Amino acid sequence: MQLRELLTQKQAPILSRWRQLVFDSYPAQTAVFLAKEQDRFSNPVGYRLSQGLKTLFEALVHGGDRERVEAGLDEILGVKAVQELAPSQSLAFIFLLKTVVRQELAQELQDSRVAGEFREFGDILDGVVLLGFDIYTRRRERLCEIRVEEVKQRVSGLLRKAGYDLTNL
Amino acid sequence: MDFCKRHFSVALGAVLGLMLIAFIGVKANLQLLFGVVAPYLAVLIFVEGMIYRLIKWARSPVPFRIPTTAAQGRSLPWIERSLGDKLDNPENTKWTIGRMALEILAFRSLFRNTRTELRKDPVDGKKVQLVHWSYKWLWLGAIAFHYAFLVVILRHLRFFTEPAPGFLHLLDSLDGFLQFYIPVVFVSGVVLLAAALFLLARRLVKAELRYISLAADYFPLLLIIGIAVTGILMRYFFKTDIVAVKQLALGLATLKPVVPEGISALFYMHFFLVCVLFAYFPFSKLAHAPGVFLSPSRNQPGDNRWKLYVNPWNYPVKFHTYMEIEDQYREAMYEAGLPVEILPESAKTGGEG
Amino acid sequence: MSKLPKPEELARNISFQTPAKGWMDVKPDFRPGTYCNAAAPKWMEWVGYPFPRAWSVAEADWKLPPDWKEIILAGMEDRLKRFRSLKIFFDICVRCGACADKCHFYLGTGDPKNMPVLRAELMRSVYKRYFTTAGKLLGEIAGARDLTEDVLKEWFFYLHQCTICRRCSLFCPYGIDMAEMTLLGREMLASVGLNIDWALASVAQCYDKGSHIGATPQAFKDMMDFLAEENERITGITTPPSYNRKGAEVLFVMPSGDYFADPGTFTMMGYMLLFEYIGLDYTLSTYAAEGGNFGWFVSHEMGKRLNVKIYEEAKRLKVKWILGGECGHMWRVCNQYMPTYWGESPGFLEEPVSPITGTRFENAKVHKMVHISEFTADLIKHGKLKFDTQRNAHIKLTFHDSCNTSRGMGIFEEPRYIINSVLPEGNFVEMPPNTIREKTFCCGSSSGINANENMEIRMLGGFPRANAVRYVQEKYGVNHLGCICALDRATLPTLVQYWVPGMECTGITELVGNALVFPGELERTTDLRDRDLEGFGEAEETEEEGDE
Repeated sequence: MQLRELLTQKQAPILSRWRQLVFDSYPAQTAVFLAKEQDRFSNPVGYRLSQGLKTLFEALVHGGDRERVEAGLDEILGVKAVQELAPSQSLAFIFLLKTVVRQELAQELQDSRVAGEFREFGDILDGVVLLGFDIYTRRRERLCEIRVEEVKQRVSGLLRKAGYDLTNL
Repeated sequence: MDFCKRHFSVALGAVLGLMLIAFIGVKANLQLLFGVVAPYLAVLIFVEGMIYRLIKWARSPVPFRIPTTAAQGRSLPWIERSLGDKLDNPENTKWTIGRMALEILAFRSLFRNTRTELRKDPVDGKKVQLVHWSYKWLWLGAIAFHYAFLVVILRHLRFFTEPAPGFLHLLDSLDGFLQFYIPVVFVSGVVLLAAALFLLARRLVKAELRYISLAADYFPLLLIIGIAVTGILMRYFFKTDIVAVKQLALGLATLKPVVPEGISALFYMHFFLVCVLFAYFPFSKLAHAPGVFLSPSRNQPGDNRWKLYVNPWNYPVKFHTYMEIEDQYREAMYEAGLPVEILPESAKTGGEG
Repeated sequence: MSKLPKPEELARNISFQTPAKGWMDVKPDFRPGTYCNAAAPKWMEWVGYPFPRAWSVAEADWKLPPDWKEIILAGMEDRLKRFRSLKIFFDICVRCGACADKCHFYLGTGDPKNMPVLRAELMRSVYKRYFTTAGKLLGEIAGARDLTEDVLKEWFFYLHQCTICRRCSLFCPYGIDMAEMTLLGREMLASVGLNIDWALASVAQCYDKGSHIGATPQAFKDMMDFLAEENERITGITTPPSYNRKGAEVLFVMPSGDYFADPGTFTMMGYMLLFEYIGLDYTLSTYAAEGGNFGWFVSHEMGKRLNVKIYEEAKRLKVKWILGGECGHMWRVCNQYMPTYWGESPGFLEEPVSPITGTRFENAKVHKMVHISEFTADLIKHGKLKFDTQRNAHIKLTFHDSCNTSRGMGIFEEPRYIINSVLPEGNFVEMPPNTIREKTFCCGSSSGINANENMEIRMLGGFPRANAVRYVQEKYGVNHLGCICALDRATLPTLVQYWVPGMECTGITELVGNALVFPGELERTTDLRDRDLEGFGEAEETEEEGDE
């Protein structure tokens, strides 16, 4: 697996460019702000996106453990799902990784073996998009659920008094 | 032209234009206008403008006591409050004065502008320090700017007094402690210029600041940079007849204005920018200087619960009275066993039966 | 046939703004999830608000009254005359940007107009245009702009993305308080009939019936009786409250969230247990049944119309003083506005003295209202309460300082003192220093915007808070988020459900109720929420361990 080694070697530049592309997909002012600081508390959204991308990338490079891939996706899509973008827009960032790798490893990809591995990597990414679709949907569903739960919660004392079990409603 | 460029170039154009006006004016022998009329007019506008501003502010009452309570308030006697707490959430006038002093003299709130570096390893003490420091830049820039400006203004009193008061000599020697170059370099001027450039650069480089900055933000900075640059050029490089300048200044101060010969155009440019700054001051954001004293979230003690605050325009409002609600629900309230002011009809008949 | 977009293009599509556009030219994007619905005309009629009509935020036509512009400008002039704060805050901002990244909405959304400086500028630009010479003459270059419908819509959008939390005012070198400007801006919006439904519905209900939830007096009593029964079921202690009882020593006022919504109800049960334990002579009122005050989120006048009920009721019931429950904005109003609204110190009340410890609450001398945390802390300090902290052993807590009690009152130590007394050692962990105390992050849903339709923006606004909560969850295994605010108890559960699953919210007095040891009580096997106490199931094991 030559590609994996190459990706590990070039992790820093690839991640940084990928992150920049993701940030750039936001309105200009927001993009600058997101990219500005990596501090977890002064730039929580930027931090969360960065962490998600890192987790996702590492999971992909180191064997593609599904749970970790999902964890990374969840970090990112949790944010995107409340930024109320269309699902297609929310998931587009995954494909951007292909572009980034193609650019960063332009030279190496001329090697046919690496190119072959890259095609496989592309297939894996397609799978990740499908997973991402699940997770995005789950996040949106979650949002609907908490809407409903909040409505129930506002009168939950009353419901309890009336003998309703909240979990059954 | 985009928003930022437009606002910046208008401000830059205005400052350069003002300098040009002074330059042409002097070449056209209008020294009287720029050396005497302009400064008197500027001071007049400054004083009247300031009074007008303050009266305008003061005419509006402060209806509520709304200090930003930035620390534990006065509470049970055994709850300890540090010195900082007492200053950040003052309980009486004394501590409020302390809070204001800290705010005005040390820019307390800007100093608060720290961010913790929690992601960093607490063992790695040095790194923590660095990050911590970097967020004080705005505070440092602001405080350097204001204090340098103060020193520069005080130093200039030398021109308007004869003999110059003693403290000015001390100030000069302190300011020139570097003993570098001839004439000795005054640190304050350099710091003022550097700080103003920093504050300007900040506006131009940081995206969100560029987005919010208006011509009214660039103009005073550029004006002050212009003043500092012309001043520094005059002191160190293109020297003007200092005796003549003092004559002019003293003349102005003693209300016996004279226009001596031999003062360079550079001086008039410098002087005119200062005049503009004075005249501009009361009508611009620079009025934050007196304004901060009137800021209701800072200049009031947090003593609402033990000292009554009266709103001068307080007026009675319409509200739902208890009796209105009882009238609405009397029957049901009575049935539920709630005490009522007036017994419902059913209770009366029930009682009789 | 349209071309299929590539992923890059799709991703880029999101940009709605080019850097060359100044903020004055960018219009707000009313996407679903970002705004609160327009108030139904019914609520406006209930409270006598102007221009009741059915309108929709998403539609282009907001059905404004024909002379809306004159009304707004006259309203601004009037407020400039009445509020020095507004004048000063309009005039002295230097746009230094120190406030920018302090706002939780800016941190969450990245929308530059959520920088407090720019949010204020939305109104300041109109002020400049109509009330300053420079603005009249120079227009845009002086930062001034005409008041148009788009500008008004922008006000509506962004003034409801400010939770009046005052975090910006803390960092402002001149103390410019966005909260003050937001409040006055909302007043102006209301003057042309622009209100949000969630806030105004609560206001109207509270005005008409007594609480935001709109409970009638009898329903209020019903609910309280139920909570007292619950106490009896779980602890074996009867805690019957009295209602509208004249001559009681203390009138207890709490936010309605504490008796209708979980987990506030458990806090209410905690209050009752505490009062029963110390034998406090108190009464609840069906009239002053709401401590919270959504009116203040709408206008100062509306705030006063709801707030005066508390003193009115205290006068009618001839109590000696008032005790207030755990609530954020209730206490901001009670602390900074209540006696001023009333106009004088309520002479019919007495200076509060704790009947149990004899402590004189000198800091409430004029106001005559004591915060439950002060009251409880004083009891604990005097050793009047016996706690079994093990009953809270399943709770690993972090404490969220509510914006209003923090930056509008300054109460930090009392709740912490209580927490440390009722929790086993080591079960209380603080969040990072810049996210608590006076620098606390808002829940993101305060000030009347905890509606349902704007959930997305609430999740983004609350993100900085959630982020800090998640940090202590990951690092220390914290499982409960404590607070002394009913709005927090209503909105933080929602927030953490999305961002920090597994986190519960709790009031502080609930923890007191859990830990209080009554003589003759049932052997406690659960906490007030019917959750098994730690170690109970394996009681024998733990007992053995304990014996060793």
